[in-house]
Amino acid sequence: MSCFKSKFADELIANAAYIGTPGKGILAADESTGTIGKRFASINVENVESNRRALRELLFTTPGALQYISGIILFEETLYQKTASGKPFVDVMKEAKVLPGIKVDKGTVELAGTNGETTTIGLDGLGERCKKYYEAGARFAKWRTVLKIGANEPSQLAIHENAYGLARYAVICQENGLVPIVEPEILVDGSHDIEKCAYVTERVLAACYKALNDHHVILEGTLLKPNMVTPGSDSKSKVKPEVIAEHTVRALQRTVPAAVPAVVFLSGGQSEEQATVNLNAINQLKGKKPWSLTFSYGRALQQSTLKAWGGKEENVEKAQKAFLARAKANSEATLGGYKGDAQLGEGASESLHVEDYKY
Amino acid sequence: MSSLTTKFADELIANAAYIGTPGKGILAADESTGTIGKRLSSINVENVESNRRALRELLFTAPGALPCLSGVILFEETLYQKSSNGTPFVDILKEGGVLPGIKVDKGTVELAGTNGETTTQGLDGLGDRCKKYYEAGARFAKWRAVLKIGQNEPSELAIHENAYGLARYAVICQENGLVPIVEPEILVDGSHDIHKCAAVTERVLAACYKALSDHHVLLEGTLLKPNMVTPGSESAKVAPEVIAEHTVRALQRTVPAAVPAIVFLSGGQSEEEATRNLNAMNQLKTKKPWWLSFSFGRALQQSTLKTWGGKEENVKKAQEAFLVRCKANSQATLGAYKGDAQLGEGAAESLHVKDYKY
Repeated sequence: MSCFKSKFADELIANAAYIGTPGKGILAADESTGTIGKRFASINVENVESNRRALRELLFTTPGALQYISGIILFEETLYQKTASGKPFVDVMKEAKVLPGIKVDKGTVELAGTNGETTTIGLDGLGERCKKYYEAGARFAKWRTVLKIGANEPSQLAIHENAYGLARYAVICQENGLVPIVEPEILVDGSHDIEKCAYVTERVLAACYKALNDHHVILEGTLLKPNMVTPGSDSKSKVKPEVIAEHTVRALQRTVPAAVPAVVFLSGGQSEEQATVNLNAINQLKGKKPWSLTFSYGRALQQSTLKAWGGKEENVEKAQKAFLARAKANSEATLGGYKGDAQLGEGASESLHVEDYKY
Repeated sequence: MSSLTTKFADELIANAAYIGTPGKGILAADESTGTIGKRLSSINVENVESNRRALRELLFTAPGALPCLSGVILFEETLYQKSSNGTPFVDILKEGGVLPGIKVDKGTVELAGTNGETTTQGLDGLGDRCKKYYEAGARFAKWRAVLKIGQNEPSELAIHENAYGLARYAVICQENGLVPIVEPEILVDGSHDIHKCAAVTERVLAACYKALSDHHVLLEGTLLKPNMVTPGSESAKVAPEVIAEHTVRALQRTVPAAVPAIVFLSGGQSEEEATRNLNAMNQLKTKKPWWLSFSFGRALQQSTLKTWGGKEENVKKAQEAFLVRCKANSQATLGAYKGDAQLGEGAAESLHVKDYKY
């Protein structure tokens, strides 16, 4: 066969297509314990299990929000947690027709002999873990690789290692019924212009799809989670959403096969409003776009919600309203229909860029 | 820059898109002197320049034919020939809204240590040749790479060599204003089934697009000329709809949307088969972000050749046969072929020659 024969093929294809349903996208709520700790610290909340549970309950039970969400990526701990009234989170999601997803990578390690470039680990025993997650209700997975732009970066080694790691992860997921999100994030850090980002993005994506082909991955049963094509964070040039849209879509047209059902962008440090406006511009662009173009946002969906909550029970309703506003705005953006009128919660225009961001 | 910076970028993009105009396609009339000799001998015609010229004049001046074509691939000799009243062929084509193309490869040679696999030559001095051809009026080029399916074929070496040769040829063309047709033909020879052909086609095309990316080729200014995905020549035939499904799926899995058009080779299919299969592809309801058209040689000329037989008095009848196939394929690019083309003698005849060498 052109791809390997997975007994899960039909299910993978259906689930991947569902995630790309127009009007819906992914909430990335898979912050590791360490990372969520940093978020909590910024709002003076203690990093204990009950608080982590409370935050996720706040998000998943927001009235009216889940209709805009096709999937939620979870950290392992959250996959097994329940609401205060004892209902498993995965059941809350399933009832609202939201697919549970699971982060399966184990972070990055440096590649010897490079200038701080990394590869992602987590392949050992991955098949067994995927089986377990599938049994617990997960239907898709996520694995983040990281590349950076520099004088000599990304190197051929870094591109190759990360691309082939992603491909191996992807086929193991498919063998076990999980749709793999392929995430080759090129960090926004740097003073390069948008053309440089475009060049690197095209090179990286071409390598990814060659690796996926070599590993016999069923493209119809995958998703891509790339960075948008933008100037570097230290660049003097600020460009309009339409320019970001043009460069981003062109890069995808040059590298992403039509068999891929959906591209779910990462927000990578953009503010909530920027991430929505850029996604909107991408969907308004006239040109060949044989994949759904939607969101897989973490910070860009939760920032103002976190600030409104502050860890306090009495703020839950206010925080949920903030979350609903962003979820709805991004849903409109997937249809190219966002009018820029989402009530900007506190912090919605705030850049979420943290240099050399480690999850 | 993501792709090479060529002063010809806009022109390349416009010409590549034009070739994919719905309702049009390419006539591959680039048979080398040796190859056209085989065709001519099959109709008892002497292989001399005047006959080669006469055949091409017959095709290019066939009333009503040029509107069905967006490009014609020529052999070098033909690029400089004229009609009997002295009009250069390239002018006839240009006046008819047809882009002249030029075959630039120099045939295949065997790869040492393989089981008869080949690579294509022609890179030496290619840049200068392209310049010359552009000056003579050519606006696109063609380079044929050949792979075969066998127990251990195509090998990783054969795929790599042919893909990287194609990519190098492609970027040299673009530097000199010619739209490169990328042709990785996987021969139909063999007893394999359609699934095997699909697997090999996907592997080969993925390698090609990786090579094109590595060489900074501007995809919007290229064309792809692949085989359709079919069972091997010694294997049972399948319906056009099945060929269409497997072919389009293979393309969806490998060919970026930036490529404006895919112009299929006919590879030994009869005139009628080639048309029906193309038609079925264009009727298929699924994602197809590139135009799907033809670049046919034998499958456009077979019945024309037989009707002509080298005789002046048969020219008109032969031109009518040619027009029939042109119109049929034009309709096929729109998914509108009704199977009612008057079948000229030989239209349903398989044109498969084992281990075909151009």
